[in-house]
Amino acid sequence: MASQEKTKLVLLACGSFNPITNMHLRMFELARDHFEDTGRYRVVKGIISPVGDGYKKKGLIGACHRLEMARLATENSDWITVNDWESQQSEWVETAKVVRHHHAELISSEDNSNDDVDTVRCGKRRKLEQNKSICQSSYINTNADTPQLKLLCGADVLESFGVPNLWKPEDIEEIVGKYGVVCITRCGSDAEKFINQSDVLYEHRKNIHVVREWVTNEISATHVRRALRRGQSVRYLLPDPVVRYIQDHSLYSAESEQKNADVILAPLQRYTSTN
Amino acid sequence: MARLALQSSDWVSVDDWESQQADWTETVVTMRYHYGHIAAQYHHSKDPPTNEQPASDVPQLKLLCGADFMDTFKVPGLWMDDHVEEVVGRFGLVCVSRGSLQPDRAIHESDLLSRHRQSIFLVREWVHNEISATEIRRALRRGHSVKYLLPDSVIDYIREHNLYTQDSEMKNKDVKLRPLAMQAIQD
Repeated sequence: MASQEKTKLVLLACGSFNPITNMHLRMFELARDHFEDTGRYRVVKGIISPVGDGYKKKGLIGACHRLEMARLATENSDWITVNDWESQQSEWVETAKVVRHHHAELISSEDNSNDDVDTVRCGKRRKLEQNKSICQSSYINTNADTPQLKLLCGADVLESFGVPNLWKPEDIEEIVGKYGVVCITRCGSDAEKFINQSDVLYEHRKNIHVVREWVTNEISATHVRRALRRGQSVRYLLPDPVVRYIQDHSLYSAESEQKNADVILAPLQRYTSTN
Repeated sequence: MARLALQSSDWVSVDDWESQQADWTETVVTMRYHYGHIAAQYHHSKDPPTNEQPASDVPQLKLLCGADFMDTFKVPGLWMDDHVEEVVGRFGLVCVSRGSLQPDRAIHESDLLSRHRQSIFLVREWVHNEISATEIRRALRRGHSVKYLLPDSVIDYIREHNLYTQDSEMKNKDVKLRPLAMQAIQD
């Protein structure tokens, strides 16, 4: 039997990143340490996917700025990247679709890198194509070569699965069942309790990795925006280039916080109207 | 590491006077030194003091601290009463806390601190950001990432010099804290 190869892992974080903070960046580092400590994984990439303007969240400033701030924040990271596919779509995109898109990208880039290999690896390539057609509810990628993709988030996202009309049940099933979730939390027990109280989450509990953050670092973007509105310093809460960018462009004012104030959040709009 | 961390700050600087002293120095001694230094610089840069330029033009010096610092005043033998009187009464404290009642309680429970309530400024930090150096050292010992908790330049420095290991954490393990040792000698 072949020796246990490490599973390659890619972590995808979706969210407003309005603005990106050191806490968001910490999530990636914590998740990577968690998986690599097991000795069974190698985290090869992190992807930050800011939500599109179509999400219509109150106070959500333009995606072009949020993308640029995320890029500035990850300038000196050798593994965390920013992806604009989601924010470039004309309408809001369900998280499950974003995950699916990035997973497909991973598979096709594996295929492309396999194009010019010798015949020895042909067997592996055939296996990849077989994997693609495996039915929806099974785990993906037993082939150690193709990275797994997991959704990285905070406990608040996990708990948002319970908010009516915010998520489609089949999307939750797909995200936790087919891909997997890495949940960073201060208080592991709340996340675990929530998983226990949800049948679909409980069923896929092996695929939900709860990572406890011992260094309390709750830099909420809401607080950051409030401080900025009041002319207070946010130095050392966000990376310096992001602080400068915000100052240079005078982002985050009382006015920007009122954006979308009277508009319904896209998922609620979409799912409520189809009921 | 402090210098590296503050390279990009245009107003916060690092001073090594205290660390250069042969023995541990009481906080009040450090404050007296810095106040003397500030006052001297201030007068040097101005014309000789006259009636129109009273001493109150010299900037005030205050001690900046966190909530846990307020609790140290109650540790037996750690502070001399007249030192607390001078640090809090003559100079003043600026205490940054998470918004808990901890500093208020510390003031309330001390007659000395309560007397000087007016020179203790409590600053509430609503963004919870308790990056404890103890946790940082723990993470480093275990080979975990501390990126985004410390400036990159400080992380690089720590790696280059291999600071914070099992060994370094054991330093002074069986030694008494100097202020307590000094107090014991004086008793």
